Amino acid sequence: MHQKIGERFDGRVLDGGAPDGMQTFLVEPDLIVEVCRFLKEDPELRFDFLADVCGVDHYPEENRFEVVYHLYSIPFIMRARLKCRAGDPPKVPTVTGVWRTANWHERETYDMYGIQFDGHPDLRRIYMWEEFEGFPMRKDFPLKGYKDAYNPFGEDIDAGGRDD
Amino acid sequence: MTDVTILTENKKPGGGSKEVLLNLGPQHPSTHGVLRLVLEMKGEIVSRIDPFIGYLHRGTEKLAEDFTYTQIFPLTDRLDYVCPPSNNLGYAMAVEKLLGIEAPIRAQYIRVMMAELARISGHLLITGALPMDLGAMTVLLYTMREREMVMDLLEMISGVRMHTSFCRVGGVREDLPEGFTERVAEFCKVFPQRIADYERLIAKNRVFLKRTKDVGVISPELAIDMGLSGPNLRASGVDWDIRRDSPYEIYDRLDFNVIVRDGGDCYGRWDCRMEEMRESTRIIEQCMRDMPEGPFQVDLPQVAFPVDKELLQRSMETQIHHFELSAYGFKVPKGEVYVAIEAPKGELGYYIISDGSEKPFRMKVRAPSFVNLQALLGGATNMNYLADVIAMLGSLDPVLAEVDK
Repeated sequence: MHQKIGERFDGRVLDGGAPDGMQTFLVEPDLIVEVCRFLKEDPELRFDFLADVCGVDHYPEENRFEVVYHLYSIPFIMRARLKCRAGDPPKVPTVTGVWRTANWHERETYDMYGIQFDGHPDLRRIYMWEEFEGFPMRKDFPLKGYKDAYNPFGEDIDAGGRDD
Repeated sequence: MTDVTILTENKKPGGGSKEVLLNLGPQHPSTHGVLRLVLEMKGEIVSRIDPFIGYLHRGTEKLAEDFTYTQIFPLTDRLDYVCPPSNNLGYAMAVEKLLGIEAPIRAQYIRVMMAELARISGHLLITGALPMDLGAMTVLLYTMREREMVMDLLEMISGVRMHTSFCRVGGVREDLPEGFTERVAEFCKVFPQRIADYERLIAKNRVFLKRTKDVGVISPELAIDMGLSGPNLRASGVDWDIRRDSPYEIYDRLDFNVIVRDGGDCYGRWDCRMEEMRESTRIIEQCMRDMPEGPFQVDLPQVAFPVDKELLQRSMETQIHHFELSAYGFKVPKGEVYVAIEAPKGELGYYIISDGSEKPFRMKVRAPSFVNLQALLGGATNMNYLADVIAMLGSLDPVLAEVDK
């Protein structure tokens, strides 16, 4: 698989090894749609099933947000993982054009981490309510939440290092 | 009440083609929990569905970042609360893979057997609830009777009916209790007849067939594109079951069929689950027959409590490990892992990143119900009327606690 990717993308997609037996690739945000479409449509790979999209917050590293895609190929029974470091502000093109299932996954990632998915047809919050402020899965968001009318036990906003 | 008024107002001359927004839920018995659907309707034809979820959002993933690896088990119970043992299993497997250990064979048999009991429990609920949503109350009463038998078995093993938390990293909590083999054998003997009873009761019911046959048809391509998995995908004719294709635990030693239906309609999804229960019964029988004697937990004092409690009195080292394990939990080496199992609802995946401490750096749950529910967004054919949406929703079998995490 990484041979094919190497040929097609000419070193622009880095091989992340296989830490848990799953082939991992490190992809730049502007290449992600192209790589996904290639993996899905190549007759010898056919990663037709997008299992999962999720965000990871590597706070306090630089460019802290990462989007991780887990793919599965139903015809060839194999899995692959794509990792995409989003820049600052975190922005990644959407893959809803490749797999429709990415719709809610990306909405969830946006809701929890505030990662923008460019070109997403319907990027709204999915779990939290529309008026909610902040992105709860970020590492600098307190577990108790911030103090407000609904959450008297939350942390004081001024005390925490809130940055959004 | 308000919904009804809107609809009647709309019947005024000239207002017939106006679109109305109908709010279904969040508290409505046929939404299987707290799901809110906003339906754009023209008369009784649904033109667009907009699901609103999150009413049960508890922040499982955020909480997990603050819990030790053992403390997370009860959290996983509460994802798909209809079948907790399989949630436990997936999580335990993920952590074990990070640690590079494997549970003893007997423990694997116990876990698989419990996961299959859970599958029966989950499928019983939905195969009864779908007809009930469509007006046939009777089936649910019977399926609940058998579900109670499954609950009793789970209670016998773990002491709890629902949130079993019986898996542990590296095995299970205890060995099977005395007299359990006979109870399971009894269940496996009567259960296939009971499935036949349900089918006699409802499978040829004309109203039920009219409401479900060829309704909400999902083509195989759409099903894959939408990320459906489990019975919902197999009912669309895609032959994929993680238990068979990438076997985990002891599934490669078991003989079972993967049930595939090619209709892709609501009836197919319902029927697929009916057959799967028969297969699960066979798996449980095989598990009980082949289960070897042996330890039910790894012999690794850093990870698991000692099986021999006497040792705690005698050995200082055991005491230290016991204290450290209960006070701080165990450390998991740096790394990341994605483990997927075939849960009753579909592919249940755990993606865990460890930074080498006692708590996961990130735990992502790939919840099958969450993805399956997306099928409502559109693309399914022959789903025109409000009544079809109810059938569709029931047949997709979402558990809202898992959707909302």
